Amino acid sequence: MDFSLGSDRQMLSDSLRRFLADKMPFALRKTAAFEGSGWSRAIWGQLAELGAIGALFDESVGGFGGSLFDVGVVFGELGRALLTGPWLAALQAGHVLAEAGCSDDLAALIDGSQVIGYAEEEADTWFDPAAIATRATPAGDHWLLDGAKTVVAYAGSVDRLLVVAQAAQGLSTFLVERDAPGMTVRDYLLVDGGSAGDVTFAGTPATLVGTAGEAAPVIESARALGLVALAWEAVAVMDCLRDQTLDYLRTRKQFGIPIGKFQALQHRMATMALEIEQARSAAINAADALRGSRLERERAVSAAKVTIGKAGSLAAEEAIQMHGGIGMTWELAMSHYAKRLVMIGHELGDEDHHLARYIALGQAA
Amino acid sequence: MDLDFTPEEEAFRDEVRAFLAEKLPQRLSDKMRKGQHLTKAEHEEWHAILNERGWLANHWPVEWGGTGWSVMQRFIFETETALVHAPRVLPFGVSMIGPVLLKYGSEAQKRKWLPRILDGSDWWCQGYSEPGAGSDLASLKTSAVRDGDHYVVNGQKTWTTLAQYANMMFCLVRTSNEGKRQEGISFLLIDMTTPGIEVRPIKLLSGDHEVNEVFFTDVRVPVENLVGEENRGWTYAKYLLTYERTNIAGVGASMAAFGELQAIARSQHRNGRPLADDPQFAARLARLEIELENMKTTNLRVLAAAGAGAAPVAESSMLKIRGTEIRQTIDDLMRRAAGGHARPWLPESFEGGWNGEPVGPEWAGPVATHYFNDRKLSIFGGSNEVQREIITKAILEL
Repeated sequence: MDFSLGSDRQMLSDSLRRFLADKMPFALRKTAAFEGSGWSRAIWGQLAELGAIGALFDESVGGFGGSLFDVGVVFGELGRALLTGPWLAALQAGHVLAEAGCSDDLAALIDGSQVIGYAEEEADTWFDPAAIATRATPAGDHWLLDGAKTVVAYAGSVDRLLVVAQAAQGLSTFLVERDAPGMTVRDYLLVDGGSAGDVTFAGTPATLVGTAGEAAPVIESARALGLVALAWEAVAVMDCLRDQTLDYLRTRKQFGIPIGKFQALQHRMATMALEIEQARSAAINAADALRGSRLERERAVSAAKVTIGKAGSLAAEEAIQMHGGIGMTWELAMSHYAKRLVMIGHELGDEDHHLARYIALGQAA
Repeated sequence: MDLDFTPEEEAFRDEVRAFLAEKLPQRLSDKMRKGQHLTKAEHEEWHAILNERGWLANHWPVEWGGTGWSVMQRFIFETETALVHAPRVLPFGVSMIGPVLLKYGSEAQKRKWLPRILDGSDWWCQGYSEPGAGSDLASLKTSAVRDGDHYVVNGQKTWTTLAQYANMMFCLVRTSNEGKRQEGISFLLIDMTTPGIEVRPIKLLSGDHEVNEVFFTDVRVPVENLVGEENRGWTYAKYLLTYERTNIAGVGASMAAFGELQAIARSQHRNGRPLADDPQFAARLARLEIELENMKTTNLRVLAAAGAGAAPVAESSMLKIRGTEIRQTIDDLMRRAAGGHARPWLPESFEGGWNGEPVGPEWAGPVATHYFNDRKLSIFGGSNEVQREIITKAILEL
């Protein structure tokens, strides 16, 4: 048993960390994440050159990763830097493209020349792909989409969207060009930085990816990858929150002594640290379970989302509480980490959704 | 990252399983599974079975009868034995006084006492807590005054587990009131048959008799029974807290108990459906299972770090806190699963050989008693509040 990252992965981790500390220090990130579409395409390109996107994909499909622990390392470093951008979409869309054998599209994603968004959620789906209402109808050598997607990450600033829609045959995936006719995007910023958009399709031309009606297992495994990524990102964000809070407990004085001397805060801190270690274990379990059967994989990723949901809310709320008034300010990095952590809870299904799913999967076992 | 056991560890696990299949008496595992009390003779029987194989004090050095197992092997052994409801190895001799003697005892003491732990000649109990010294152990008052080649001990110990069976006690006594409180404590080995010792049972809220008060009136202890140096006993006592904590989370025992709970949740019906399908209960069960799965990995991570030479102080306390919380939650759900049948109290049913008619399902008999008895888990061995302070002090470095 070995819980170390291994030297290759450690190198990837170190090089990403150095790059991000240099190019996107917090003072810059704090404004960049809330300006324009809230991310930097220049940084994206440089990270692609560093291999950050390729690390998300197996060598057999043109990447240079191959393990979910590689995915974990990349998302951990993104989390540590609170870097915005369509990373989760790249992972999910890239997985769908890889499964469909679209190697040219995937290669363009990996080298950073094409940025692809991922449009699955709708206003009424509540994380259930079976409830997707966007329709796809064949029209000669392409397809037409009609429907609406909501909170699609970076919808207004990506080159193409990978869209999940219902064809007569069942759930299917499509690529849509950013400037496709009949498509509108309403762009907005997000609470934790970056942007998303509501997208509507009205007879919008699209290219089928894979086989019509057979996308359900692929989008499920894409979501599983996304959940592993979010779990590792969340743990890295929690690590930052813990370290920032420890620093504050050491240095902030009230009643003439560091506030870390107060038992009430010591106990809160210990509980927070404990929950973070449990979350780290859940993230490791989820990454490892991708080797297993579908049921093992899906139970483990849902367990991880439940765990980071619980630990994440606690860490964010406790970090703010222990910082007191200063923890309420935009100025402080900590508050942005707290926001990111709580908002991760709203991506790809929340704690309650995954608890119910974990139970249902257990009953199916 | 590699979460698999090595082929060698897999082979070791098979060896442990084969041993348990052959040597663990069904009579004992049945009692354990039903939550019945083991007699003194039954505890000794299991120790003897393990000792025959050389696995009783598996964490001791090989030259003193240990095994040379890695921490991972110890974890595998502890988990496998718990999963088949083997009795636990009592810690007082093997895991408490044994390691202290190995590190701080004289050659003569090691030669005299260690073999007697292995062959079951001595049953040790722990004389630490006093009525006025619980979490604040250093405030202990039981005194030992030198008189020729003896110490004369006066005072009182409490919460002494299974002292009713013990013939020996390792005991913290005050030998000095000078300077810091911690610097006046000594570590004595006391023969429980010495005149002036009285053991009185404490009946727990669950009705169980497992702890005692021990009173000392002019008890004469030979000076050769002092471990290490006079007034250095606090160091030796603390050493126990950092030693042999691979099983502090009790993951194996919790896995076994969780398996029982799952089976009960599937067989027990409420409102016309299995309890496992009741949304409220299913949610409690799922949260518990997730926490336990996470704990398994947390435990393995700590072991892997310890195996690589780290001293996981904060992490051990985390294992203690969450491990005991998980066990208490299992007890809590067992009690809830029993509904009204948690209430009948038939203490005679907790003893082996009981042939009476249970009220409700057989498993429901001891659940409330276990629930109450296991409230101790978050109190003893350093209360979970004390553990939280250990964690914060370790990571805060204030």
